[in-house]
Amino acid sequence: MNNKQLFTVIVFSENTVGLLNQITVIFTRRQLNIETLSVSPSAIPGIHKFTITTFVDRDMIDKVVKQIDKRVDILKAYYHTDEDLVYQEIALYKLSAELFTGMNEVEALIRKYNARVLDVNSDYIVLEKSGHYEETQALFDELKQCIGKGVLQFIRSGRIAVTKSRIERLSDMLAAVEDKIQRK
Amino acid sequence: MIFALISEGVDTIFGYPGGQVIPLYDSLYDYGQDIRHILVRHEQGATHAAQGYARVSGKVGVALVTSGPGATNTITGIADAMMDSTPIVVISGQVPSPLLGTDAFQEIDVIGITQPITKWAYQIRKPEEIAWAVSRAFYIASTGRPGPVVLDFTKDAQVGTLDYKYSKVTHIRSYQPAPEPEPASIAAAADIINNAMRPLALVGQGVILGGAERELKLFLEKADIPAASTMLGLSAMPSGYRLNKGMLGMHGNVGPNRKTNECDVLIAIGMRFDDRVTGNPEFYARQAKIIHFDIDLSEIGKNIPADIAVPGDVKETLPAVTALLKPAVHTEWISKFEPDEQEEYDKVIAPMLNPPADAPLNMGEVVHRVAQAAGKDAVLVTDVGQNQMMGVRYFRYDCTRSVVTSGGLGTMGFGLPAAIGAKFGAPERTVCLFVGDGGLQMTVQELGTIMQEHTNVKIILLNNRFLGMVRQWQELFFNKRYSATTMENPNFTAIAEAYNIKSRSASTRAELSEAIAEMFALDEAFLLAVEVATDSMVYPMVPAGAAISNIIMGDDNNE
Repeated sequence: MNNKQLFTVIVFSENTVGLLNQITVIFTRRQLNIETLSVSPSAIPGIHKFTITTFVDRDMIDKVVKQIDKRVDILKAYYHTDEDLVYQEIALYKLSAELFTGMNEVEALIRKYNARVLDVNSDYIVLEKSGHYEETQALFDELKQCIGKGVLQFIRSGRIAVTKSRIERLSDMLAAVEDKIQRK
Repeated sequence: MIFALISEGVDTIFGYPGGQVIPLYDSLYDYGQDIRHILVRHEQGATHAAQGYARVSGKVGVALVTSGPGATNTITGIADAMMDSTPIVVISGQVPSPLLGTDAFQEIDVIGITQPITKWAYQIRKPEEIAWAVSRAFYIASTGRPGPVVLDFTKDAQVGTLDYKYSKVTHIRSYQPAPEPEPASIAAAADIINNAMRPLALVGQGVILGGAERELKLFLEKADIPAASTMLGLSAMPSGYRLNKGMLGMHGNVGPNRKTNECDVLIAIGMRFDDRVTGNPEFYARQAKIIHFDIDLSEIGKNIPADIAVPGDVKETLPAVTALLKPAVHTEWISKFEPDEQEEYDKVIAPMLNPPADAPLNMGEVVHRVAQAAGKDAVLVTDVGQNQMMGVRYFRYDCTRSVVTSGGLGTMGFGLPAAIGAKFGAPERTVCLFVGDGGLQMTVQELGTIMQEHTNVKIILLNNRFLGMVRQWQELFFNKRYSATTMENPNFTAIAEAYNIKSRSASTRAELSEAIAEMFALDEAFLLAVEVATDSMVYPMVPAGAAISNIIMGDDNNE
């Protein structure tokens, strides 16, 4: 049972106040850390999508997701392992203009990591890189090693993900619910 | 708000006014003929009374309190209702919406506090939301697996005006009250039961909440399956029923607890495998195939893995399985409960009901005698502790919805206000409360509610001058070190007298008989203060963390 791995929980909810709290207390009560969290409106108007990652064993994630799914304002909650998903994170790096441009291999570095330059001025340069955690971390590590304090700020978003499955479960579920209501 | 409550069929509210609900109370003043308001003496009492009302009537109980401390005082009752799936709606006042978040006088984040312990919690900030929110609240509280709902009602929304229009909620797209029955799992369950040699059914409160008592009976009888209840499932089957083998769990009956680990098919119906029912799950029914009927998908596999899950409302799923059952006879298997029953009778029950004449009164005999005198349709209400275990073990149940007790949360102080609520929920039935000296003093102020409302509840105080259940654990597991469990008690009959409630004390069998007769002859509230043995224990007992079949039968014969 004690086989912890990274699971990605995807939750579709109504857009009501206090939903995040309802979800996070379910993790807190079981002493689970949320590694990353991303919330935004989904493709369907009025429905919000939460993408949450957590290290946990399969038995526990199954119970946690059932508890989330049970909440009245939650439409549906699913959990996935990395193999089920195409996923991405985005990172921003604010770098000292002086130290960064003083590096020898700026072009090579940007090419190697496929990073984008978002802003440049005499004080700082902002790079953007999207990728898996290890990839955004690798660029950070290399910058830190090369220019140290020249890395002025670093921020990484929570994971966002789409499923590889060909079945779009939420729209199917909503259709079934609508159908049931019609039949009544 | 008052119109909305009337539209939902509310006729009784338990509440306590305060600054932020004065406008609502002002409206209530004009509708006294439609809604009866019961003024409790503490907001915790309002929630427990609403619970008692809901548990016996099957309707949604309603509590109305003010903001801040009024709301925080309801937390215990809300949590209790959540654990025990009791439909209540708690309406709390709130400061005017422009003041929210400013630490205004008597402002507290009620939604934030109650979200983890409610099925739904919503803050009404505009009058236009009232009809929608109230209708949704009652729909959510009463459907599916029932539970508590909190409506936090800002003062400005209370005083706003609008043209009132009410429409009842009949569905919420993000909420499925009961999963659709699955034909495949129903067939699989029937197949396993048809091949069972030693089936045992575990009956939970889900049967009562689903109104499926008759469906249960037909199911059990067709396949001749012995059954036992969880504490909250008690009264789903009458006490004397041939297939009723008693209560499960820590202080349950020996037969079903032992047979749990001997049966070949265990059929759980609307119950959640609480740890007080299972003992150590590592040693729980490992030999049996487990079928789990439940309306709440998150319960299936939560504590005990199920071989076959039958999701859905038992009112639908039980008859569906019954239709596929072959009539069976399990006479030999059922007869195997008899030695266990006999052993329990000889070692535990008989000594309790037939004590030596000079022995002090014990809780079991008091409950037994009261139950005999209380009549067939009596409702049992208990507090928590030894009084509760003795109450549920020695009372008799003839009809459903006859037990009101705090199961999951185990709330001391629950009994007295819950009994008041139960009497309002079933005015034609006799309500008997068994309460200890500890629990009574936790909510003793509700005697004032009884005085004011002339609520006819029969309060039987089992006074052993100890916090008896903790004392029992200290005796068995903590080397008789009675830390903080002795009680120096007041004169309880004098307290009753101060509240203008008739009372008697009894410390001998003769006094007890007279007092019981007097109590039931009177058509009003009564406090019967019984002095019981200080050192008595509740047996049988399965120690916490032990296998469910590892039963202590008495002081010196551990199995």
